Amino acid sequence: MVKYFSGFNILKNSWDQVSAAFWQRYPNPYSKHVLSEDILYREVTPDHKLLTRRLLTKTNRLPRWAERIFPANVAHAVYVVEDSIIDPFSKTMTTYTWNINHASIMSVEERCVYCENSENSNWTEIKREAWVSSKVFGLTRAIQEFGLARFKSNVTKAMKGFEFILGKMQGDVPHRTLVETAKEATEKAKETALAAKEKAKDLASKAATTKKQQYV
Amino acid sequence: MNSVGEECTDMKREYDQCFNRWFAEKFLKGECSGDPCTELFRRYRDCVQKAIKDKDIPVDGVDFMGPSKSKTESDGSS
Repeated sequence: MVKYFSGFNILKNSWDQVSAAFWQRYPNPYSKHVLSEDILYREVTPDHKLLTRRLLTKTNRLPRWAERIFPANVAHAVYVVEDSIIDPFSKTMTTYTWNINHASIMSVEERCVYCENSENSNWTEIKREAWVSSKVFGLTRAIQEFGLARFKSNVTKAMKGFEFILGKMQGDVPHRTLVETAKEATEKAKETALAAKEKAKDLASKAATTKKQQYV
Repeated sequence: MNSVGEECTDMKREYDQCFNRWFAEKFLKGECSGDPCTELFRRYRDCVQKAIKDKDIPVDGVDFMGPSKSKTESDGSS
């Protein structure tokens, strides 16, 4: 009883850039659910492949019905192991990611293969597969549905985060900062306008007073 | 990014910086000159391993690319 997901994404950056960004993508504005990241193991094999194991801690957001059923699990973060193999010659990066606690309630396993896009070698394609399962009697389906929905929303965040970091690494002004700058400018303009309005009112009332005085 | 052990975060940053440079400038270009960050990694890893032990994080005995093997089995049965 495993729910299966498969997906495909493209990043408009070279494989070299994407694989370098892979190690630098946290934190980013879309990774607030990622609390910590560590490298547990790293090795370059004799045939020049890089093997890495990372440990990630993530928040454990649950729907309210699940919080009521599993109160003991609410407070605890989810520990996630991410193993990867990077082959710079074939330009392939394979990652395998899964949670190592709360696994009897819900287990999410994800396998991604990053390689050069077949139509444009300056782009990178990501083939993603995931398996969501639960062993909770009677609730398996509900938990799997929730798990899959949360997984999909995290994929969207992961892609946005990737794009943000890739932009930053190439010296682009990040999109978010532009939005923020625009917001700030609008606020400032509003303030200036308000101040000008007040001043005009003040001047007008003063002028009116002078006028009145002239006619007295 | 922060380490799971607060006290390891500075060591991690130092190591990450070293690794990222090596990865982009040497490893991706196929240079096999050896990893210059080994010493920084050892120091940082000792710290993390202690933090993991203190926090009881169940990382021991997990195979590399672990559940992918069992995956093929459960694929067959489902």
